[in-house]
Amino acid sequence: MTDLALEPASRGAPQTSSRGAISIRNVVKTYGSGASQVTAVDDCSFEVAAGEICMVVGPSGCGKTSLLNAIAGFHDITSGEILIDGETICGPDRPMAAPGPDRVVVFQNGALFPWKTNLENVAFGPTMQGTMTEAAAKARARSLLAEVGLDDVAERFPGEISSGMRRRVEIARAVINEPRVLLLDEPYRALDALTKQVMHEALLELYYRNKVTIFFITHDLEEAVFLGHKLVISTARPCRPKTIIEVDIPHPRDRSVITSPRFRELMEAAHEAVRQEAVAAFQAGDKEG
Amino acid sequence: MTEIDAKALGADGAVRTASAFPPTPTTVARRPFRASPKLPLSLVGFAAFLLAWHLAVEVWRLPRFAKLPGLVEVFVEWTSTDPMYGVSLFTAEYYQHILVSLKRIVAAFSAATLLGVPLGLLLGWSQRFREYVFPVFETLRPVPILAWVPISIILFSGAETSVVFLTFIAAFFVTTLNTMTGVQSIDPSVVRAARCLGASPRQIFRHIVAPGALPHIFTGLQVSMGVSWFSLVAAEMVSGEFGLGYLINTAYAKIQYPTIAIGMITLGAVGYASSALVRLVGARLMAWRLREIGVGR
Amino acid sequence: MAAGPTGVAVARSPYALRRAVVALAACAVLWQLGARLDDWTGVGAPGVGALPSPVEVAMAAGRVVVEPGYWISSALSFVRVMGGFLIALAAAVPLGLLFATNRTFRAIAFPVFEVIRPIPPLAWVPAAIIFWPTQEAAITFITFLGAFFTITINVLSGALSIDPRFVEAARSLGASRMTVFRRIVLPATAPSIVVASSIAIGLSWEVVVAAEIISGSSAMGSNSGGLGHFIWASYLGGSYDDIIVGMISIGIAGYLCSAAVRKAGALLTPWINAR
Ligand SMILES: Nc1ncnc2c1ncn2[C@@H]1O[C@H](COP(=O)(O)OP(=O)(O)O)[C@@H](O)[C@H]1O
Ligand SMILES: [Mg+2]
Repeated sequence: MTDLALEPASRGAPQTSSRGAISIRNVVKTYGSGASQVTAVDDCSFEVAAGEICMVVGPSGCGKTSLLNAIAGFHDITSGEILIDGETICGPDRPMAAPGPDRVVVFQNGALFPWKTNLENVAFGPTMQGTMTEAAAKARARSLLAEVGLDDVAERFPGEISSGMRRRVEIARAVINEPRVLLLDEPYRALDALTKQVMHEALLELYYRNKVTIFFITHDLEEAVFLGHKLVISTARPCRPKTIIEVDIPHPRDRSVITSPRFRELMEAAHEAVRQEAVAAFQAGDKEG
Repeated sequence: MTEIDAKALGADGAVRTASAFPPTPTTVARRPFRASPKLPLSLVGFAAFLLAWHLAVEVWRLPRFAKLPGLVEVFVEWTSTDPMYGVSLFTAEYYQHILVSLKRIVAAFSAATLLGVPLGLLLGWSQRFREYVFPVFETLRPVPILAWVPISIILFSGAETSVVFLTFIAAFFVTTLNTMTGVQSIDPSVVRAARCLGASPRQIFRHIVAPGALPHIFTGLQVSMGVSWFSLVAAEMVSGEFGLGYLINTAYAKIQYPTIAIGMITLGAVGYASSALVRLVGARLMAWRLREIGVGR
Repeated sequence: MAAGPTGVAVARSPYALRRAVVALAACAVLWQLGARLDDWTGVGAPGVGALPSPVEVAMAAGRVVVEPGYWISSALSFVRVMGGFLIALAAAVPLGLLFATNRTFRAIAFPVFEVIRPIPPLAWVPAAIIFWPTQEAAITFITFLGAFFTITINVLSGALSIDPRFVEAARSLGASRMTVFRRIVLPATAPSIVVASSIAIGLSWEVVVAAEIISGSSAMGSNSGGLGHFIWASYLGGSYDDIIVGMISIGIAGYLCSAAVRKAGALLTPWINAR
């Protein structure tokens, strides 16, 4: 994979990429049956443009992960259709998408392989798929780790490094596959505010270099407004877009945008949209999924 | 360091849930031995124990204790070049008993491992297979090992095979169950991650399931080793010619009481050593676990 | 639901019950066929060919369960199991907690404990028979030993894994040592005690059956009664169907005991499954 660092001027809009547009059309996901039936996602439709950072925001337990898992192919959908670049990955004929390296997930609680070194973790995808020799994959993994400033822990095991570092390794492990879509499920939830800040900047850095669509679940509004081109704010369970907020702050962004009045305004708007749903979810007493 | 060490390798849950047997030396055990400043205190403990044994049996000759073999008596017999009852550190017979028991353990333990680990992996891996096979497994498991004695004598004419068979089934159940638990304990996200990184089922089995289950497999093997000795001794006492269980049994019958103690001590030592060996191999294969907690570097 | 460890694999599929029934029925049929093969064809099946068939076992069970001797044996074994187990529980829980809370005591006594522990319980049989005045006491003692080490170790490791922050928090709120022990250490160790007990009672059955068979089959001791002896006597008497009835009985009894302990444990530690 060649470095795709774009000219600074062209970084503003969603990156011009023909890969990774997601169409979610009338998706329904229910668990169980009869009295214990739970509808996690209900008649959910929205579009994510190729190369866009789409932030999905909603209260805990509303069904965000269920939607992401459907895109990743970890479980089926009850009805509706999901397309990537116009191609149906799951729909009425095939309720469950096949998981694959074009849609790589970064998990809520982290899912590095503890028994493989960080380097082996990052090289895992291409090695398993056979798209690179093991040596080539490792070389590529090493340069990716260097890019995120982790070359000196390449030979360590994930258990030996900090959780912030682990998150970066995990994202590198995803990016090495040149996925069309990166699916991030609250990846920074367990990190402290300072580490989060560093992670956000590093993620944007990676994003500017590698064209990829990012589907990012969070319930941290500041994170959402800082990173996203677009916020999809979901209703309390079942998940369905309630409001879509376009974030018109140009990319590339850095910390300075946080103090801008526009940032404040957008935060306020997002807050307004989320508050009711959070109260609804709280009253429903959902546990976080 | 020892604090964390014990937690990470010992309190796995597997030991506790999977078997009805005491895991012979777990890691909790090593703590006092490792902490060198406490060594003198442990010496106090050993001294008090040995002194109590000596005083109760040989000096004060307390009622009931007087009949037991005494410390000095046992020590003298054990280290004698010409033991009164024929078994000491300097007799070939002593080593023959140890060797026979060891051979049986090796045969039963290896067979149990070679069959139990693959079966456990399969049970954990395939839900369909588990739902067919596991009920049969669970139906047989509550039957105590020694209750199999008559059946195994009937099935395998000859004491030797039936002793090894009894030892085998005990170890087999433990190993299989712990391996299965090991597979089930793997974080589902890790398997999902491998799937979306493009690993085939075969690759997932080799790169995720097998190494992921390894910690439980090795706790299982340690328990299995303890269980093997438990069953072996019992089986040797019922039927068997030679072996440490047999030695203890006949020593009782021939009223050679010091030999009973020699047999018991030897069993403790050999049992401990074999579990330690399993633990050592496990630690070698799981360098990542040691380094995670900062002792491997 | 997909096969393989995809996160849902631990759950049961809707077919679980049907598959269990099919598998167990298949085993019974194979056993029946294997056991009767030589009657029908003159060629014996290997292994099961030497065993009585399930039908014979069922008929033997029908005959045996109405004999008072069978119930006396069961009661004898049960009393031995409970005796050894309860004494072990009473001794091991305090000892495990003492090991956990008193460092000096642990440093002195734990190594001795650890040196004795690897000796298999049944290796104690001759020494126990020499020492105890009655065979009954000796069997109870060996049963006790089997359960004792397991419970102690589990209680110790359970107590050691208590998050020290709990203790610190309680101390900083002004709790005395005794209160910390009663309100923090004891409840936090309760789950380990429950787990250890359900293991230990299974182990007690192992030991009791072994001791009963050993006392009946060797120079040591004499006819001890109990289900272990029932099996051994059936073997000596050549009634192989009764052996299997005995095995099944012990299996059921052991299973019920473990289930009862787990049930009692769940009632005592209601917070465990509330997560
Ligand atoms: N495998 C499952 N079986 C049954 N219910 C589930 C399952 N996974 C999630 N749920 C339920 O679906 C709802 C949405 O869960 P999830 O998608 O994880 O929410 P979020 O990621 O927004 O917190 C929750 O109420 C959760 O309890
Ligand atoms: Mg979620």
